[in-house]
Amino acid sequence: MTPPVVSNRHPESPHGHLEDLRSDPIDLLERVRDECGDIGTFRLGDRDVVLVSGAEVNEVVFRAPDEVLDQAAAYPFMTPIFGKGVVFDTTPERRKEALKNQALRGDMMRGHAATIESEINRMVSDWGDEGEIDLLDWFAELTIYTTSACLIGRRFREELDASFAQLYHDLERGTDAVAYVDPYADIESFHRRDRAREALVELVQGIMDRRATPTVVEPAETTVAGKRDLLDVLMSLKTDDGSPHFSADEITGMFISMMFAGHHTSSGTAAWTLIELLRNPEVMKNVVAELDDLYAEGSTVSFQALREIPRLESALKETLRLHPPLILLLRVAQQEVEIGGYPIAPGTMVGATPRISNRIHQDFPEPDLFDPGRYLDPRQEDLTNRWTWIPFGAGRHRCVGNAFAMMQLKAIFSVILRDFEFELAQPADTYRDDTSKMVIQLEQPCRVRYRRRAPLVEERASRNQGDLT
Amino acid sequence: MRATADLDLCQGHQMCQIEAPEVFGFDEDADHVVVLQLHPDQTLQRKVESAVRYCPAMALGMEED
Repeated sequence: MTPPVVSNRHPESPHGHLEDLRSDPIDLLERVRDECGDIGTFRLGDRDVVLVSGAEVNEVVFRAPDEVLDQAAAYPFMTPIFGKGVVFDTTPERRKEALKNQALRGDMMRGHAATIESEINRMVSDWGDEGEIDLLDWFAELTIYTTSACLIGRRFREELDASFAQLYHDLERGTDAVAYVDPYADIESFHRRDRAREALVELVQGIMDRRATPTVVEPAETTVAGKRDLLDVLMSLKTDDGSPHFSADEITGMFISMMFAGHHTSSGTAAWTLIELLRNPEVMKNVVAELDDLYAEGSTVSFQALREIPRLESALKETLRLHPPLILLLRVAQQEVEIGGYPIAPGTMVGATPRISNRIHQDFPEPDLFDPGRYLDPRQEDLTNRWTWIPFGAGRHRCVGNAFAMMQLKAIFSVILRDFEFELAQPADTYRDDTSKMVIQLEQPCRVRYRRRAPLVEERASRNQGDLT
Repeated sequence: MRATADLDLCQGHQMCQIEAPEVFGFDEDADHVVVLQLHPDQTLQRKVESAVRYCPAMALGMEED
């Protein structure tokens, strides 16, 4: 007995529900829950995907150890992006090890917060008093700088400009679900993906060559951030015969994979948060007032981003609930496992879906409504629904970067809402996601206008005057 | 009040060591959280709440006795 199979809008497709997944994945995932309930099946190429939603089955899937449900083989579209031999994700044990030694540890966060603040300030430094930005381009570039500076090092970040962000974008666009049938299929987005990766390797090779030439005098700018970065460390590792341990290709693959999980996710969430705040002016007003109060008392962004900012945090959480950057989280069954009363055979893919679980109406009343009040006492709908409020996933593989991500988002909005006012530059309902790739991004155009705020003191004075007259 | 920790879920971020060190310790060898006080005093409630809310692994809980 297997879980019921969902209807197919493209019955002529030889690859099961692949065309459904490519053309409208949210519709497919919704139909699985509507037609099949907590557990149902769709087909991807020659594989069954068992899709779960709802607290009970989500918990079973998220708690399963890697020997039962493995993550490594579930994302074949990532292999051509990272390069062979670079894994998508490691076991929880190795993640713990990495966490202990590396950039995401709790006590590293203060340094990251300061780095992020300075990157945001750099990005807005040429804004002038008013103008217009494309949300996808702008946040994607900003988060390239922040993730590279925090995870690889500031010295490496100083080598990057907008062209790196553009190449990285081509990698992210190279995640067509066709990869489940053939990761090297002859389609344009895969060709662009492969060209982008080659260009990134070349770029990294160039940086390595320059660093390997001791005659080059470092400009003062880079020595400010001149502490050894991860690239220096990797370049210093030699094999027994003294040759370099890692090639530019391998190092590029590592960097791409380190930055991948934190890049499009943070970028998209920042953009959607701004859109939702502009669609909900009352919420925006409260968030801006909250930030004004905090920073009027002289707090700095890098300090405050690590502390409670309750209204902003609630708005961020509600954005994540409605617009989770990943809508389908996958595993592959390594042995027979029972889920929701069905025996699931080895080799079957098992998926959980933040997009659907986050909107289950029994757990989240009025699920389509943007309501940051959900997270305040006593509702706390994130904590009370820890197996269905899952924008970061849940369980053993819960996003290891979520504290970093929340800190980064708090820093971004602290800076841009302190100094600027925004307005939508197109009708509110025209902002939407492009879901044609497994990595979901905002559909362009997605433009907003900004205008520099009057200094706080003047603004408050005029606001008070307005109240009196 | 009763403080709980789910060791399957703990990823070793150690945020609780900052939020509520009186209640949550850390086992360096096993690399996971340790509940130091099963029934913390009411005066620690806010700290425990913060630890629960900001645990990046959602591994902590607070229950009514």
